[in-house]
Amino acid sequence: MTALEIAAAVRSGERSALSVVDEHLARIIESDREIGAFNLVLADEARSTATGIDQAVARGEPVGPLAGVPVALKDNLCTRGVPTTCSSRMLEGWRPPYDATVVQRLRAAGAITVGKTNLDEFAMGSSTENSAFGPTRNPHDTRRVPGGSSGGSAAAVAAGFASLALGSDTGGSIRQPAALCGVVGLKPTYGAVSRYGLVAFASSLDQIGPLASTVADAAACYEAISGHDPHDSTSIDGSRDPVVAGLGRGVDGLRVGVLAELCADSALVGGATGLDGVTAVEGVAPDVTARVDAAATALEAAGATISVVSVPSAVLGLSAYYLIAPAEASSNLARYDGVRYGLRVEAANAAEMNVATRTAGFGAEVKRRIMLGTYALSAGYYDAFYGKALRVRTLMLREFAAAYADVDVLLGPTAPTTAFELGAKTADPLVMYLNDVCTIPSNLTGHPAVSVPFGCGDDGLPVGVQLMGPALSEPMLLRAAAVLEQAALPGGGAL
Amino acid sequence: MSAAGSVREQALPAGWELVVGLEVHVELSTATKLFCGCANRFGDEPNTNVCPVCLGLPGSLPVANASAVESAMSLGRALGCEVRGAVFARKNYFYPDMPKDYQISQYDQPTNIDGRLELPDGRTVGIERAHIEEDTGKTTHIGGGGRIHDADHALVDYNRAGVPLVEIVSRPDIRTAEEARAFVRELRAILLAVGASDARMEEGSMRVDANVSVRPAGSDELRTRCEIKNLSSLRSLGRAIAYEAQRHVGLWSGGERPRQETRHWDEANGRTTPGRSKEDADDYRYFQDPDLVPLSPTPEVVAAIDAALPPLPAARRAALIEDCGAELSAVDAAVLVERDQDALVRAAVAAGAPPALTATRVCNDLAVEDWSKVTPQLLAELMAMESAGQVTATQAKQLMAEMADSGEAPAAIAERRGFKAMATDDLDTILQRVIADNGDAWDRYCAGDENERKKLAGFLTGQVMRATRGQADGSAVNRLLQEKVDRN
Repeated sequence: MTALEIAAAVRSGERSALSVVDEHLARIIESDREIGAFNLVLADEARSTATGIDQAVARGEPVGPLAGVPVALKDNLCTRGVPTTCSSRMLEGWRPPYDATVVQRLRAAGAITVGKTNLDEFAMGSSTENSAFGPTRNPHDTRRVPGGSSGGSAAAVAAGFASLALGSDTGGSIRQPAALCGVVGLKPTYGAVSRYGLVAFASSLDQIGPLASTVADAAACYEAISGHDPHDSTSIDGSRDPVVAGLGRGVDGLRVGVLAELCADSALVGGATGLDGVTAVEGVAPDVTARVDAAATALEAAGATISVVSVPSAVLGLSAYYLIAPAEASSNLARYDGVRYGLRVEAANAAEMNVATRTAGFGAEVKRRIMLGTYALSAGYYDAFYGKALRVRTLMLREFAAAYADVDVLLGPTAPTTAFELGAKTADPLVMYLNDVCTIPSNLTGHPAVSVPFGCGDDGLPVGVQLMGPALSEPMLLRAAAVLEQAALPGGGAL
Repeated sequence: MSAAGSVREQALPAGWELVVGLEVHVELSTATKLFCGCANRFGDEPNTNVCPVCLGLPGSLPVANASAVESAMSLGRALGCEVRGAVFARKNYFYPDMPKDYQISQYDQPTNIDGRLELPDGRTVGIERAHIEEDTGKTTHIGGGGRIHDADHALVDYNRAGVPLVEIVSRPDIRTAEEARAFVRELRAILLAVGASDARMEEGSMRVDANVSVRPAGSDELRTRCEIKNLSSLRSLGRAIAYEAQRHVGLWSGGERPRQETRHWDEANGRTTPGRSKEDADDYRYFQDPDLVPLSPTPEVVAAIDAALPPLPAARRAALIEDCGAELSAVDAAVLVERDQDALVRAAVAAGAPPALTATRVCNDLAVEDWSKVTPQLLAELMAMESAGQVTATQAKQLMAEMADSGEAPAAIAERRGFKAMATDDLDTILQRVIADNGDAWDRYCAGDENERKKLAGFLTGQVMRATRGQADGSAVNRLLQEKVDRN
């Protein structure tokens, strides 16, 4: 059952929320030992919340659009009184005294939290192998990674442990694992969803979003969690267009641009299109590009017009990102100093305690990024590194804005390849970083993007295609995603 | 107000000039903190006014307090600054009383720039900037030696963390220790006038650092400066600057040069001691805080702030001197404005009171906490009585005190007390006797130059006062003396 089907059944009394929760808990107990999606399962709390919802249904009280829907929360979202670790030794055992805004909103919508999911430590990684508590495995092939950093959330949805999950996306951390696990993942417009209560990695890029098994579920979750929050001054004020209601309207007349820089091997790029001179990102596998071409064909068949669009600065995204994100991270993670909460390694004085704590508490990738970021912001280097990255960001915003004057949405791959094996990319951080090359541009521009499963690669593993649009174009993106979802169904014509 | 603080506070040796710029941190007296809803209150139980935001808990986000921003802009306008679009920046360094291990401040785009502060004596000191930032928590070192290096442990109170501050940075336009104090006093008066802060140095809601250097008089170079911290009173400020200036002159004169460094003022020993050297100073890695949107005050907002500004001390002093005449000294005008008594004096003058006398009398004889019962009307009546010679100066002072106490009309008090000035004839008789008893003084008075006369007039008047137990009118005695000399 999808999340929306569960909610409808619970609201009508056809199914009890408790039975839904028990069913999911049973699956977790049966299989999560193998998958490792959860850092913490909240069985008692979930069952008690479910009972409350069932009682409310019995009394005829309104129970919300996601009533009884089991959700999994990435373990970098603050949950009041419930451990929130960011998969780091640094925060092991820390219990926040408050709920993230998204957690409050999901609860108000009737959703039931079943657990906190694994991630790359502080959301830094693309495989969920950087967790202090061990890796999460891909439910499609447990020798493979689920992607990251929201790998636990993607795996939880793919394995049927939860109907919905929340992830956070700083450079692709929702979309890339969604692609690798064969689920839908939405990175909303920066500011569409409050970041209050999301443990910060890179504040100007971080955005919370849903992972779901269907586009409609992702849309319903997005509706529940988005909207202005006075606790986040970067959250966007003003009303939003409804998303779920318009999902079935199709893509007739929609102008779709295939983003040439992400599709070097596309049959659509080059030759007749006159875009021969495009410098594209490296490493996107031909079987992935083939799925992008198939998606373009499916959209065209549904009435969209297809063109090829070039955004030259898109190839600079990765370099700019790996200066901006670590720079912000180096500042955001300074607070883990052993003074107030989390790990403390005692030493002779405050400064030494600070060093000992951070040395013991952070993993290698987190340390690497803190050092990178500290360097990028240092006196004498700021202009050459951080300053230049900001200029690239400005350039990308300008070029994407120009592209969106000509097309409504851009199409490309989400991840360069299907899920890779555990350990395959851990030796070389740069190889791992290349996983985000297709997803990073939307974080730098603050624009929304969705990854939707669209068939499989040569290895039979899921491939996700990515739809990107201008700010607050989520209704349009999800409408197009719904068309692809439909086309990818058995008999849908695209597989 | 403030005589020289110590023997050290002497002028620099000839040929040297003092160059001082001040950095003043002021806590804004808003109801809540700069980035969260916690109470901004001094003196509460430690760690009771805290929340996830001001404790910097993971996931929390700052949201700028509009009234703090407005208050900072008001202060900026009061200092004649340009109020501009501004961004918050992070100043990164590790310290246990700083919850996020970065301080949210303003760096290259502060809210207020390019202002000026006019001192009571008419000199102006440039204001480079006045930017908004958050305060840190407060660390108390206990056990062991109780100092930062030898304490057993440290306790941190985060009630102060996130309290809104404005840092006012002056240009290096200050030339004497007294001028530095005047700057701080005037700044305090402005802060009180606009209601931005209670500006109490002793409670730490106003903290002053001084950047001190010296140079050969007449040159316009800026030599190596030292930043002196821990100046918790005007007295310390003046003494520290004077000490540091002498130290610099000593170094330069001996062929050495001061090191650019932070120094701490040791009040007990009356000297500065070296702190952190700027050479190994932290690199703060400033960058725009991505959690906060830029501040973009519209011209309308700035106009509304201007419209709401109360009359400022400099303007009030000018108006007072305008009403009372040039006989009113700048210093007395400053005192009256500081005590909020300028409106009283001006209203009494408007009601017919003699301007200079009224200002002087209020300045010297109404330095009391509560003077609310002294209405302009009563004050005008009293001043009329004194200037008409109906009561002596001494009596007028007593009447002022009683009037402030009871609010009773001065004529009624004088009546009850039997106050009246001596008739001129009686006064003349007494003066004759005093002259006879002090013939030597009188002779010297008659023969003396102006200075000598002034001195002896004081002496002779004092003798008359003694003989009349203060019932004589001093100015009448002076007049009589003058007449007698003229007749001689």
